[in-house]
Amino acid sequence: MTTIVTPRPELLDTSATKDNYLTYTRGFLSWALTLDHKRIGVMYMSAVLASFFVGGVFALLLRTELLTPGRTIVSADTYNQFFTLHGAIMVFLVIIPSIPAALGNFILPIMLGAKDVAFPKLNLFSFYLWIGGALFTLYSLAAGGFDTGWTFYTPYSTTTTTGGVIPVLTGVFILGFSSIFTGLNFIVTVHKLRPPGMTWFRMPLFLWALYATAIIQVLATPVLAITVCLLIVERTMNIGIFNPSMGGDPVLYQHFFWFYSHPAVYIMIVPAMGIISEIISVHAHRQIFGYRFIAFSSIAIAMFSFIVWGHHMFVSGQSGLMNTIFSLISFSVAIPSAVKTFNWTMTLYKGTISLTAPMMYGLSFIFLFTIGGLTGIHLATLNTDVHLHDTYFVVAHFHYVMMGSALIGMIGGLHHWWPKMTGRMYNEKAAIIACIIIFVGFNVTFFTQFMLGSQGMPRRYYDYQPEFQIYHVISTIGAYIMASGFFLCAACFVQSLLGGKKAPANPWGGRSLEWQCTSPPPHDNFSAPPTVGNCYDFSMLRWDEKEQGYVVDKELEAVAIAAEARGHS
Amino acid sequence: MSSASVDHEVRVGHEGHADGHGHGSAEHEKYPFLAHHFETPAQQFDSAKLGMWLFLATEVLFFGALFVAYAVLRSRFPEVFSYGSHYLDTVMGGINTCVLILSSLTMALGVYFAQRGKRIALLICLWLTMAGAAGFLVIKYFEYSHKIHENLVWGPGFYIPPHDAMGEAESVALAHAPAPAPAVVPAPLNSAPSGVPMIGAHPAVDASVVKPASMGPLGLGAGAVNHASAVTHDIIPDQLPSAHLEDAKMPPNTHVFFAIYYAMTGLHGFHVIVGMVVIGMLIYRATRGDFGPNYFTPVDLVGLYWHVVDLVWIFLFPLFYLIH
Repeated sequence: MTTIVTPRPELLDTSATKDNYLTYTRGFLSWALTLDHKRIGVMYMSAVLASFFVGGVFALLLRTELLTPGRTIVSADTYNQFFTLHGAIMVFLVIIPSIPAALGNFILPIMLGAKDVAFPKLNLFSFYLWIGGALFTLYSLAAGGFDTGWTFYTPYSTTTTTGGVIPVLTGVFILGFSSIFTGLNFIVTVHKLRPPGMTWFRMPLFLWALYATAIIQVLATPVLAITVCLLIVERTMNIGIFNPSMGGDPVLYQHFFWFYSHPAVYIMIVPAMGIISEIISVHAHRQIFGYRFIAFSSIAIAMFSFIVWGHHMFVSGQSGLMNTIFSLISFSVAIPSAVKTFNWTMTLYKGTISLTAPMMYGLSFIFLFTIGGLTGIHLATLNTDVHLHDTYFVVAHFHYVMMGSALIGMIGGLHHWWPKMTGRMYNEKAAIIACIIIFVGFNVTFFTQFMLGSQGMPRRYYDYQPEFQIYHVISTIGAYIMASGFFLCAACFVQSLLGGKKAPANPWGGRSLEWQCTSPPPHDNFSAPPTVGNCYDFSMLRWDEKEQGYVVDKELEAVAIAAEARGHS
Repeated sequence: MSSASVDHEVRVGHEGHADGHGHGSAEHEKYPFLAHHFETPAQQFDSAKLGMWLFLATEVLFFGALFVAYAVLRSRFPEVFSYGSHYLDTVMGGINTCVLILSSLTMALGVYFAQRGKRIALLICLWLTMAGAAGFLVIKYFEYSHKIHENLVWGPGFYIPPHDAMGEAESVALAHAPAPAPAVVPAPLNSAPSGVPMIGAHPAVDASVVKPASMGPLGLGAGAVNHASAVTHDIIPDQLPSAHLEDAKMPPNTHVFFAIYYAMTGLHGFHVIVGMVVIGMLIYRATRGDFGPNYFTPVDLVGLYWHVVDLVWIFLFPLFYLIH
């Protein structure tokens, strides 16, 4: 099956490197109306990073407010709006679109060997939906903000007097459709646009992860859409479906909300896991260990994601039987997650590890995800959850998974594919230092919060007992450290854009198709037809000093093909 | 599989791929509708169809949450649903069901004629489908306006009869009662402490006889209207606005039935309107002569959409009209 077919030098038309997707056409409209998945991906990435900056500013503001008990810089009402905005922006505008819509859009068709996604116009439309949703979210600030928490629990969300609730719900509705259309596009692309030779089990694991994510996006997001619709109707027309004083059921709202929002956390983490599979394998220069297990564990997580939402509601009054069932199924999510973690570790074992910037992020991911995942077990356990529910323990847990894993994975992926996207290298040393600062800052911020939470500090509170202050101070200092790391990281990228070294086609020694096209890729993705082989067999690559990148060595290739043929005869 | 054969297969495949670059390939010249990133019309058609099925899956889940809400509310207030259902017009609903099923038939025939390049027959079918959709909405309009006239609406307005329809006694009572909330009441009404059933504050309600909801956390006390006025005015049920308020048999929380009824049929009605827009676009393109045996994808996809809209109604009709 895994016969290796490598690029023939005569097919690699080096003269085409001059014409890439960035220079193919020029002018504002050539970007605003582009149907090229790469440009749409770059636009998404810029928009997501801008939102990340805004969400990060809110995070710093609310951490600063928590430096002292009582008022530090803002009033309690403003603080409520800060944490709500931080949550809503980070979830709906940053993490959910970050990997699938931004990196996925750029990478998926190239990795697959296709010229574009299946529906390029729908792709552009979903980008503009994202912009529309973001504008509504911004408008909600002008309309009076909202202090409901990002979960919009009823009946508070239908009774609060802050004026921005309906605009932000409209924004979430629109963002939901943006996400649905991206997922739909990816599923069809993976099913129908695989070129000959690209079988399901030759697909890089990032594609499997994006495929699993797309399934969740398509099947879970509509429920969120109708839920926020009902919430808008509830607020404007008072229909009472979620209103207990009118015979409605607020717990029904929680079920609806988590039916989307639990799968949504897998929309965030599964594609990051895909990125890590790529990074670990490429930068350890070693065949991925347990390819099929990792591929199927992505699908398994997607399936499990739909049947565990009740673990957010252990104290909502749902029946003991339901709590028990949801608790048991939640434990089982640990199985596919552990399958991945062990396989990554086994890939590292006896690998030739290059400690590049992407690899540093990859290793951070494994470390942080392990902590985030294992603390999840405390929360899935019924009796400990009763104690830990709505404390900082939960905050720390989901930041380890959402930020320490999903976002670190995204930043790692950005470092991994940055040379491909921009055609420029960045300052590797500075990027590694930034990664270390972020890693340290992250742990200082959030590990402290595990301790806070286990001692009973409730989440979302403005004021607290003086004995908690030392933890809050440490956590806030950690947030500042982390912010400085992100600024260094941003500075690296800016420096790379302004004066970075030209990137070779294959700077890291990857074997999936995107490393076969030039950096940056041409408009049609491949100046020569790509050849599909085993994307995790690195044995035929060697470092080329002149190219400053990896090239296929003909002799090694012949050896590899012969070995492969022996293995199959 | 030997390496040579795979190599050959891959290379051959990619020669086709290479030809696809630019717009010079034979396939792309032969079929002007073929987008640059597809190799063959069949690949493009299959992709579009898979995309449509996925979209319809999202539609099913979109409605699915409302069906769950229906199930939860109905299991909580079974008596409300069987009572509220009496107020729906089964004849009109039945006619609408037939209209929609017939329009699905004409849509399916439209796809058949599009595949065979019969332009006139296709256009007739599309216009008939359009007429079916419009007919459905007209009947729905009469149903809605009739109900709104009878004050069978969602939310607290359900318990507040329009002023001009009130008897004298009620008008007097109104003068002494706290000001009733307007028919559509936004947040302030809800902002009362949850322990106070403010929406039950209909002037005619005697608070001492407010019945608690059968299972819900708080009843609206809607069943406890002043029956005396009903007797003195000799109201014939179903004839006058707000006749339901005079009905002693009305269970508490009956407004819940109408809330979910308007939510579900309203969302379905919105989908019918969207259907009319896309069928209108098909009519425009069919008149221009876009469709034929080679290219009928849009007709096929709109057909699928229309069948799903139809299917949703097939579930809505018995769940609302036929449960008493």
